Amino acid sequence: MADRPPAEGDRTAAKAGDNRPALSLHVPEPKFRPGDTVDFSHIEVPEAGAQPRPDETTDPKDMRDFAYGLIRVLGDDHKAHGPWDPKLDPETLRTMLGHMAMTRAFDERMFRGQRQGKTSFYMKCTGEEATSVSASMALAGDDMIFPSYRQQGILIQRGYPMIEMINQIYSNKGDKLKGRQLPIMYSSREHSFFSISGNLATQTPQAVGWAMASAIKGDSRIAATWVGEGSTAEGDFHSACLFATVYNAPVILNVVNNQWAISSFSGFAGAERATFAARGLGYGIASLRVDGNDPLACYAAEQWAATRARANAGPTVIEFFSYRAEGHSTSDDPSGYRSAQERDEWPLGDPVMRLKNHLIAIGEWDEERQQAMDLEAAEYVKKTTKEAEANGILGHGLHHPFRTMFEDVFEELPWHLQEQAEQAIRERETKFPGGLDL
Amino acid sequence: MIEAINEALDISMAKDPDVVVMGEDVGYFGGVFRCTAGLQEKYGKTRVFDTPISECGIIAVAVGMGAYGLRPVPEIQFADYIYPGLDQLISEAARLRYRSAGEYIAPMTVRSPFGGGIFGGQTHSQSPEAIFAHVAGLKTVIPATPYDAKGLLISAIEDNDPVIFFEPKRIYNGPFSGYYDKPVQPWKKFDASIVPEGHYKIPLGKARLATEGEELTIIAYGTMVHVVEAVCAEKGVEADIIDLRTIVPLDIETIEASVKKTGRCLIVHEATRTAGFGAELSALVTERCFYHLEAPVERVTGFDTPYPHSLEWAYFPGPVRIGEALDKILSE
Repeated sequence: MADRPPAEGDRTAAKAGDNRPALSLHVPEPKFRPGDTVDFSHIEVPEAGAQPRPDETTDPKDMRDFAYGLIRVLGDDHKAHGPWDPKLDPETLRTMLGHMAMTRAFDERMFRGQRQGKTSFYMKCTGEEATSVSASMALAGDDMIFPSYRQQGILIQRGYPMIEMINQIYSNKGDKLKGRQLPIMYSSREHSFFSISGNLATQTPQAVGWAMASAIKGDSRIAATWVGEGSTAEGDFHSACLFATVYNAPVILNVVNNQWAISSFSGFAGAERATFAARGLGYGIASLRVDGNDPLACYAAEQWAATRARANAGPTVIEFFSYRAEGHSTSDDPSGYRSAQERDEWPLGDPVMRLKNHLIAIGEWDEERQQAMDLEAAEYVKKTTKEAEANGILGHGLHHPFRTMFEDVFEELPWHLQEQAEQAIRERETKFPGGLDL
Repeated sequence: MIEAINEALDISMAKDPDVVVMGEDVGYFGGVFRCTAGLQEKYGKTRVFDTPISECGIIAVAVGMGAYGLRPVPEIQFADYIYPGLDQLISEAARLRYRSAGEYIAPMTVRSPFGGGIFGGQTHSQSPEAIFAHVAGLKTVIPATPYDAKGLLISAIEDNDPVIFFEPKRIYNGPFSGYYDKPVQPWKKFDASIVPEGHYKIPLGKARLATEGEELTIIAYGTMVHVVEAVCAEKGVEADIIDLRTIVPLDIETIEASVKKTGRCLIVHEATRTAGFGAELSALVTERCFYHLEAPVERVTGFDTPYPHSLEWAYFPGPVRIGEALDKILSE
């Protein structure tokens, strides 16, 4: 009714509530901004090993405390404690540490590559390595992964050739995705790793659908999906929870709470009101909240959820309580919105250091071997990067042929795309009369 | 047409154990339009099941099932409700093959009753096909007869690309002449209702010449094919009436050949006019047949308003609007 003036009676009515208190809006604000002194004492860090371990078939309604608590295994003494200790043998622990160190070395190199102009974009997972590597190790190699964009550790853990990852990041002629996806949006059917989408949380209900399909066919494989705490705000996450619980889908919904969604702190995803694990409770889904920087706790929680799913006991929501030590991506500058102290003050430490210290504490590792491992990882990444660079870097001509732009839109090329492909080739000849090595 | 759709689903499910049907009310009840009647009883609850009222969830789950290797046939109860699932259709189903360079596909067929003519108000009447035509990677199919509905649906289900299958609900039970005051004749009185038993396919991307004539070419799909046929019969106009059957991929050859023959072209659809699929058709005809045209290409469409309830008869692109357009185009 914007084109009509309000009637006299309406104005009178508007005054009827004058003696009521004015309503006010709450806009969440993080505790610390740039320049602030950080004090994380409000974060409750329970003693490692203090949390009981329920049976994998426990009814979700009996799991409230697991959604609001924090499952921890590694204590300040670097030893494993309590019923959630997965009791992994030293060799497995060293393998886990190796994948995490490799992930970190990969991140360092790719970040530098972006800064050197070899690609447009990169996203590190520094500080969150356990949420991918450890969790993935608790799954079977053919369980289906529906990742978000910060689970490079899963590909490394699953033995996906690193050169393929770098070819993808450089969008070069070796990129098996034909240079179509933003860097870091990998896909590998062979490694049961679903194609990454740039639209957030879309993969979560898809994972549920995959898991439902597996159950429909009487398969034994389960699905696991990862989403950031910020993206749990998307409707897709809630659709995923609903379908997962309705059909008792064999799926694990992992939420990596790294505290930040670019510059928005977790309060904007609802963290001030409830934990992210507690989202699952409302749907009747088993829910665990885990120290995401404790590699053993991450492994144990994922293993618990996988056992539950395989037993047809239903889905699980796992919140990995972690911290994004670096910026959101190479396009982000966290010094513009959060205290630089946060990373150092984070009360749950660093997952790589914690696992290293654990191995040292149990007499299965030492600083010299750690240094050698880090060096070896850095050298391996460097060597592989050089091999990938032989296939080209972004914008330096060594990309896929023009015609590939029109492939895979449909299974078969329809007439209108055929015409447009011919146009692109004509344009190329005009733009580059000398020709390109294509 | 409902029986033809049901048969297509039945045959597809019998032939391929990977075909699953899901959607609101499709299971025990057999769908609010009865298109899935009897399927759950025959194929079990894990292949035909009801879903939560979550279009986003229905389509997303179908994408995941497709990635697994199934051929899901989700139903969106009314096309007007497809919007909550659009991101999953546009950003996910349509692009999965492309972004994974063929590693993953979403071979799903989203069935949805669409179009007006039933006094369904603004949320049970829309024709959103242009949205899907604009998206790379989706195929959009709209049958106009029971025979086509069965053959096209079987093709859609067997297709490896995601297909939007819009069922013109106004003609579920018989063709519509466009006259609200005339009784609808049941399908069984028409040849197009003769549906052969068993498996047959009509290729996607191949139009049907509903009638042949020399005076002009009329391009239509869904309910409007029948309205156009009725108006032409009434006015004694001899037209090539092209029933597109699928708007993506489009049968440009049939359109081009016909317009070059007749020299005149009228495009008719129910959807709103601005940026509707008629605009694309008009542009294509003008680009490809300009020197054969003896009159400007005309469009008859719905109006650019939300679909009204009580004034639906005035909104619907019926015989008066089509008749005026015919007079105009034939007089030039």
